[in-house]
Amino acid sequence: MTASTPILEVRDIRKNFEDTQVLKGISFTMQEGTALSIIGSSGSGKTTLLRCLNFLETPDAGSFLIKGETIFDAARQEKDSEEEIRRKRLHFGMVFQQFNLFPQYTALENVMLAPSVAAKARGSADLSAIRKHAEELLDQMGLANRMQNYPHQLSGGQQQRVAIARALALHPDILCFDEPTSALDPELTGEVLKVIRSLAHNRTTMIIVTHEMTFARDVSDQVIFMDDGVIAEQGTPGEVFGNPRNERTKQFLASCSGV
Amino acid sequence: MFWTVTLSLLEGFLGTFKLFALTLVFALPLGLLISLGSMSRARVLRYPIKFIIWIIRGTPLLLQLLVIYYGPGILLKSNVWGSGDNGRFIAALVSFVINYACYFAEIYRGGIQSIPVGQYEAGQVLGLTKGQIFRKIVLLQVIKRIVPPMSNEIITLVKDTSLARVIAVYEIIWNGQSFIKSAGIIWPLFYTGAFYLVFSGLLTLLFGYIEKRLDYFR
Repeated sequence: MTASTPILEVRDIRKNFEDTQVLKGISFTMQEGTALSIIGSSGSGKTTLLRCLNFLETPDAGSFLIKGETIFDAARQEKDSEEEIRRKRLHFGMVFQQFNLFPQYTALENVMLAPSVAAKARGSADLSAIRKHAEELLDQMGLANRMQNYPHQLSGGQQQRVAIARALALHPDILCFDEPTSALDPELTGEVLKVIRSLAHNRTTMIIVTHEMTFARDVSDQVIFMDDGVIAEQGTPGEVFGNPRNERTKQFLASCSGV
Repeated sequence: MFWTVTLSLLEGFLGTFKLFALTLVFALPLGLLISLGSMSRARVLRYPIKFIIWIIRGTPLLLQLLVIYYGPGILLKSNVWGSGDNGRFIAALVSFVINYACYFAEIYRGGIQSIPVGQYEAGQVLGLTKGQIFRKIVLLQVIKRIVPPMSNEIITLVKDTSLARVIAVYEIIWNGQSFIKSAGIIWPLFYTGAFYLVFSGLLTLLFGYIEKRLDYFR
């Protein structure tokens, strides 16, 4: 089982906010084309971990590598320039709990914005390829007839699917989801999970922070249970859900099924 | 007589309009600088600016006009504003610009701080620079939010220009009042109200139009 170089290797990431240790040494690896779910109670550090990978927080210690290349290393003396951070964070795509669509742009414009800005910076003026790609992505999200709508004209589920298309438009190596359905009512949750399922089916590499246990069990190749800033348990869905060894995992899963 | 008065008031209104327009030209950008300073992480910048805003918003504009016009003469024993109508106009303009820049700064600050942090983060994870995030994502949302309070403030400015009279700056009320002495009639003074009404009415229409144009998103 010594597979090829992992697409992501996280080494001993630590993060403090003031006096609170939020991440106390997180290490894991994941292979290309797999889906990793991170579960755990609120405050266990799941979201902070995702935000560290996306350079929205800077870890106090640790490093992470993409395909063997060091992307971040807290031990390095010289700081990355803003330009380098911008380039490096594009290895990751991010889908937020609150969608964070840009309200003044249509669905299509939301998806096209970042690729268009990047194309203009490269001096290329041809936006037709970018538009075509954006239309395909929205079509794939089941939003072919919603491209010209503004965010406030869309349901939460539709907004979240636009946000997924927007993240995919930049061809990230790894797509991160931060509780993508927590702001949605149960009816709309289904349509977003369906889209993520289809992405998993197409071997999109994904890290999904979620409270949807059934979904995590179905969709992921690997599950991490975080508790109080550490990885308490990790393994296949069968191992973590079917036969948890850690006492905290058992408690957590029991309380989830009780709801 | 009606036409003579109307023409004279129109002439006076030109002075009102000049003070109004020049105040906007300088106070709108200065307000942005002040608001950025008041949000700065550097305390040496933030605290003095907050202090100035407190002074300016905490005292009457009428008093500020007098202090700025007479103050330098008393302190420095020299007339920095130059002599005659022109000097008084410049002193009035400086007072108005400082006063309104502080109010605008607070409106800008409110607008900028009301933008959810998620908008910035969404821009960041898409690899946009700070400048691109401000220009392409935040700016229009800020403008949309500040149009109503700004229109309020700008319409107040139309009427506040009449305060410049206290340092004998030539404007419409000055002209209206002069008929009391010269012709013994008071109605020209009341008539000035019509000019203010028409002008603020036009501004109301303009801001209503801008608000409507920005109504396509939330």
